[in-house]
Amino acid sequence: MQPLIEVRNLRYRYEDGTVALNGVDFHLDPGESVALLGANGSGKTTFVMHLNGLLGADGGGGQGSVEVCGMPVDKKNLAAIRRKIGMVFQDSESQLFMPTVLEDVAFGPLNLGLDAATATERARAALDRVGMAGATARAPYHLSAGEKKRVAIAGILAMEPEILVLDEPTTFLDPPGRRSLADLLQNLPQAKILVTHDTSFARSICTRAVFFRNGTVQASGSIGDVVDQFGWDLTPAGNASGR
Amino acid sequence: MPLSGTNPQLVLLWERTVHIPDGYLSTAVWAGMDVLAAPAVIMIARQAQRRFDDARVPLLGVMGAFVFAAQMINFPAGVGTSAHLLGGALLAFTLGAPAATVVMSAIIVIQALVFQDGGVLVLGANVLNMAVVGVWAGYLPFRFLGATRWRNLAIFAGGALSVLISAICALAELRLSGVPAKALGVSAVVFLISAPVEGAITLAVIKALEAIRPGFVHQPEPGRRFHASLLAVGLTAVFLAAVGVLFSSPAPDGIEKLGLVSGIAARVKALVVTPFSGYETSFLASGWMRKTSAGLAGLALIYGVCLAIGRVAAARKRRV
Amino acid sequence: MHHVVLERWSRRSSPMHRSDPRAKIVDLLVFLVVLATAHRGLPLIAAALGALLCCAIVWSRLPLGGALARAAVVLPFSLAFAAVCWLAGDPARGVHLAVKSYLSALAVLLVVSTTPLPILLRGLEALGAPRFLLMVAQFLYRYLFVISEEAQHMAKAAQSRGATAAGMLARAARFQAAAGALAVLFARSYGRAAEIHRAMLARGFQGHFETVATLRFRKADLALAIAGSLGPVALRFALERCC
Repeated sequence: MQPLIEVRNLRYRYEDGTVALNGVDFHLDPGESVALLGANGSGKTTFVMHLNGLLGADGGGGQGSVEVCGMPVDKKNLAAIRRKIGMVFQDSESQLFMPTVLEDVAFGPLNLGLDAATATERARAALDRVGMAGATARAPYHLSAGEKKRVAIAGILAMEPEILVLDEPTTFLDPPGRRSLADLLQNLPQAKILVTHDTSFARSICTRAVFFRNGTVQASGSIGDVVDQFGWDLTPAGNASGR
Repeated sequence: MPLSGTNPQLVLLWERTVHIPDGYLSTAVWAGMDVLAAPAVIMIARQAQRRFDDARVPLLGVMGAFVFAAQMINFPAGVGTSAHLLGGALLAFTLGAPAATVVMSAIIVIQALVFQDGGVLVLGANVLNMAVVGVWAGYLPFRFLGATRWRNLAIFAGGALSVLISAICALAELRLSGVPAKALGVSAVVFLISAPVEGAITLAVIKALEAIRPGFVHQPEPGRRFHASLLAVGLTAVFLAAVGVLFSSPAPDGIEKLGLVSGIAARVKALVVTPFSGYETSFLASGWMRKTSAGLAGLALIYGVCLAIGRVAAARKRRV
Repeated sequence: MHHVVLERWSRRSSPMHRSDPRAKIVDLLVFLVVLATAHRGLPLIAAALGALLCCAIVWSRLPLGGALARAAVVLPFSLAFAAVCWLAGDPARGVHLAVKSYLSALAVLLVVSTTPLPILLRGLEALGAPRFLLMVAQFLYRYLFVISEEAQHMAKAAQSRGATAAGMLARAARFQAAAGALAVLFARSYGRAAEIHRAMLARGFQGHFETVATLRFRKADLALAIAGSLGPVALRFALERCC
C-alpha cells in the first residue's frame, strides 16, 4: 500500500536563521489518523505547512523531500496536492473569510474549476455532512466557535480530499463542542493528521502519535505509548484513562 | 471622530467637513467631483489590481478594518481632549500610496453606506479629497525625504498634510457651493490644530511599528522620481486652486483671526501663483490675492523645501 | 451599535428585502438627485419625499420610529452647521442642508437596512463599479467587527493602565502607550491577513475570486425600479408646478 504522505529528512530554517525542522521523517497510510504532539515551537505547525506547500514549495529555506499521493510537493503539483490535502487552521475566523457560509464553503470547489451550480451543490452536501445545512445564508462572524469549526471542515470536505490536517482544532471549543467535533471526525473516512495539545481529544480520534521536540521526531508509535512516554497527559501513566 | 472631549460642536464640525454629507454641495460641485473622481478611482483600482491581483484584497480589506478599529484608541491631545488616527498617511507609509488610495476609498464607501457618515452623491468629492489628494499629499514628503535624515519630519509632515489638504479641498468645495465663509472659518481653525496632531500620531505609530518589524514601513524607491515630481506639481496646482477658492471670500474671519496666517501673508506675498488669475467670477472679488497668499505661501514653501532637500540629499548619496 | 442594528434589519423579510439590489440602487440614486437638486419650494418637496420614504420604510417592515431615529445621526452636525449658517447671514441654506442631509441619510439607511451589504456590493459591481475596490470593501466589512473587538480589548487594557496619572509627562506616556497599542493592532491585523491568505492558498486559490451567487432581475424588480424612480420625480414636478 503506497503511503499517502512520505516525508524524508525534512529540514527548514527561517529567514533569521533559526532551525525549525532538523531532519524529520514521516509517513501516513490511507485511512490512518495520526496525532502530532509536542511543545509549542517544536515544529509541528511548520511541518504540516510543508505538506501542502505553504512552506518549502519554492525551494527556499529547506531541504529534504515531501511526497503527497506520490507527487513531490513543488510548484507544478501545488494545485493537485491542495486538492488531496485539506487543512483546517487554528483560527476559524481567518479561515471563513467570505461573507456567507455558503459562499465560503463553495470557495474551494470554485477554485477547482467547477461551475457555480456544481460548486453550490458540493457546498450544500458538505454542510449537510457536518450538520450545518441550515446555515447557508448566515454570516461567519455570528457563528459560535464550534459552528465555525464545522463550517471550516465543510469547506475542506467540499473539495473531496483524501487527507485532513487539523491544527489545534479544539482551541476555542467548550466540552460539548469538543465532543461533537470528535464525533464528526470519527465518522469521516479520510486519513487525518491532528496537531494538538488536547491529548484526550487526540486519543479519541487517533491510533498513532508522533512526538516532536526541537524540530525532530523523538518518538513514533501507538498514541497511548507516546503519551505515557512523555507524560503528555494529566492522568498519570498506568491510570484508567480510557485507552 | 478625531477630537472628542469638551467641545462637541468642534468635534462634529471637524468630523463632518471631512466626510461631506449629501445636501451640502451644489449640484455643479458634487457632480463635477464625481466626474473627476470616477476615472481617477478606476485607474488607481486597476493599477492596484494589476500589481497585486486579487491576492492582496484580504490585506487591503483587513487594513481598512484596522483603520476603523483604530478610532477606538484614544490619544491624549490636550486639556480634556483626545484624538484618533485618521490613517491616510499611515496607510501610505506602510502599504504604498496606490494601495492606500484603494483602502481609503473602501473606507469612505463603507462609512457612507453602513454608517451614513458622508453622502452617496458626494462620494466623488469625499474620495478625491481624502483617498486621492489627501493620501498623495501625505505620501509625497515621505517619498522625497523618507530616505534622508529628515525622515521623522517627513512622516510628521505627511500625516499633517494628509489631513490639512483633504480639509482644504473639502472647505473649498463647500465654499464653491456657496456656504458662507464664516461657517467654514471655525472648521478651518479646528483643522489647523488637528493636522499636526495627526502628524504626531502617525509618527508615533510608525516608530512603534518599526520597533516591532522594520519591514512594515515602506521604503521609498529611489527610481521613478520623474513621475513623483510631476505628481507633486499637479497636486500643488490643485491645492493652490482650492486654497484660492477658499480664501477668495471677502471675510474669512476665522482664518484672519489667526495672526500667524496674516504674518505669513505679509512676508511671502511674492510667492503667489494661481491658475485662477485670468478669471473673473463673483467669487473672486478683489482682496482675494491677499488671502490666497497666506495659504499658498505655506503649501508652496513646504513642498518646495521638501523637493529641494530631497534632491540635494539624494544627489549627495549618489556621489558617495 | 448602529451598524449591528442595520445588519440585523437587513436580514428580515419583505418585498423590499427580496428585491434585486440594482433596482434599489437605481431608485436611491434618483431619489438623492431629485432631493439634492431641489431648491424652489423645498419645504413642501422635502415633506412629500419624506412621506414617500416613510411609506417605503413601512412597506419594508422596518420599525418606522427606529429608522427615523437612526437617520438622525446626521442631525447634530447639520443642525450645528445650520445654526452657523444662520449666524453668518444665510439661514435658508442652513435649513436646506439640514433637511437634505437628513432625508438623504434616511434614504441610504432604507436601502442598507433592506439589503445585506455583500449583496449590495454585488449590485454595485453589476452596475459597473470597480470590482477590486468592492472586494476590498467586502473584506473590510467582514473583518470590521472582528478587529474592532480586538481594538476594544486593547483600549480597555490601555485605559486601566494609565488612567489615574495626570500632567504633561503622564499625557506623553499615554500617547506613547496608545501608539504602541495601535502598532500592535496593526501587526495583528497584518498577521491575520497573512493567515487569511494561507487559508485561501490551502483551498486552491489561483489568484482570482470566483463568484457563486448570481443576481436575478425579475419583473417585480423592474417594476420597483420604474416606480421608485418615477415617484420622486413626479412628486417634485407636480409640487414645483402647482405651488
